[in-house]
Amino acid sequence: MRVSENSQRDSFEQLAMPLFNELYNFARWLAGSREEAEDLVQETYVKALKGFSSFRTGTNFRAWMYRILRNTFLTSRTGLKVSGTVPLDPAAEDLAVTDSATPETIFLTRMNQDLIQEALAEVPVHFREVLLMCDANEMTYQDIADAIGIPIGTVMSRLSRARKALRDILSGKLDRK
Amino acid sequence: MDCDRWKEQIETYLDGELPESAMRDLDAHVRSCPSCAAEVLTHVQMKRAIQSAAKRFTPEPAFRNRVQELVAGKQRKRSTPAWQLATATAIFILVVLVAGVSFLRQRSRTEHVFAEIADLHVTTLASNNPVDVISSDRHTVKPWFAGRIPFTFNLPELQNSQFSLVGGRVTYLEQAPGAELIYQVRQHRISVFIFPERFAPRSLPDTSALKRFESFGVLTWAQGGLRYFVIGDAAAADLQGLANLLKAA
Repeated sequence: MRVSENSQRDSFEQLAMPLFNELYNFARWLAGSREEAEDLVQETYVKALKGFSSFRTGTNFRAWMYRILRNTFLTSRTGLKVSGTVPLDPAAEDLAVTDSATPETIFLTRMNQDLIQEALAEVPVHFREVLLMCDANEMTYQDIADAIGIPIGTVMSRLSRARKALRDILSGKLDRK
Repeated sequence: MDCDRWKEQIETYLDGELPESAMRDLDAHVRSCPSCAAEVLTHVQMKRAIQSAAKRFTPEPAFRNRVQELVAGKQRKRSTPAWQLATATAIFILVVLVAGVSFLRQRSRTEHVFAEIADLHVTTLASNNPVDVISSDRHTVKPWFAGRIPFTFNLPELQNSQFSLVGGRVTYLEQAPGAELIYQVRQHRISVFIFPERFAPRSLPDTSALKRFESFGVLTWAQGGLRYFVIGDAAAADLQGLANLLKAA
């Protein structure tokens, strides 16, 4: 029993710890503060360790961790506040996407990382999370779909809308400068 | 297919999520279409910019270690003893510090008392009127102190000893009144100071061992609620002999 528990801990550690930095970064973008992000990550690891026996080998461990973290966030005080103020209207997912980016704005924003970080912090959290998963952490649509619990088609449309929202915020910021 | 249809697929293409055949088709189109190539470039730049900006936060090493220990199952085993060890260490350091400070303060006060006693003795030796009551008779000297100091004491019989009583005076140690008795042994003068014990530092040695202080020999002890000091430049045996007489008085 002890051997089995230890070997399970070892397996979990080998799979989970390489994700630590990206999960912390993700948590920080969701939660905002360092303290809250640390609580979030620690709770995620505790929950994941407890539920690791139910994790099926061969399925996506990374998406599983993100899912636990995300669900933990959504039930946290900040998460409840965010989900209460951001309506996730399914119909809105299918809105047409128009592209307001120009090579100039992209060039300018590339020169200013702070501006992009500001814009990322301003986009609604359900957009921010898909941008982080896809662009920052290079997760596949399937991983994102598994992590969030939505169909792949919704991942694609949400990503498009998230990118557009980010570009709009950036354009607004550049216009004001 | 017109460019608008191609452009709709660019994000999915850059995310690496188009089916393989569609990827190859779009690849081929971009190579021959400057407009779509520019669009791809724009999206690539944006994607890279987001990637770079989004990787903003890194966890504190201490936090990582904490979670690592939690995951490895070491926290419960380690944290409590570590916590206890840290607490015990802190308490130990505190106790040592308090004891150290207290010891240094006591030691400092003891040294201060010896220095005062030596000063009083030197003052007496240098004085033209070293005593207020001049008498070799203990029955004269002892009553003289009555009413001048808030305690009484016994003086030894000096017959058949080498010591003689010169006289006495009222003195003060740290504002506490006491008696100073001057004895003579050969050419040496010895001062005997008597104070209430409650005014003396608790760390003063209560022993007959001779202490050297600024070339003087000093003996001190407590007896009957009084603190005695015998100080002088006489031989240690003489100082010890006078001390024994006083103790036996």
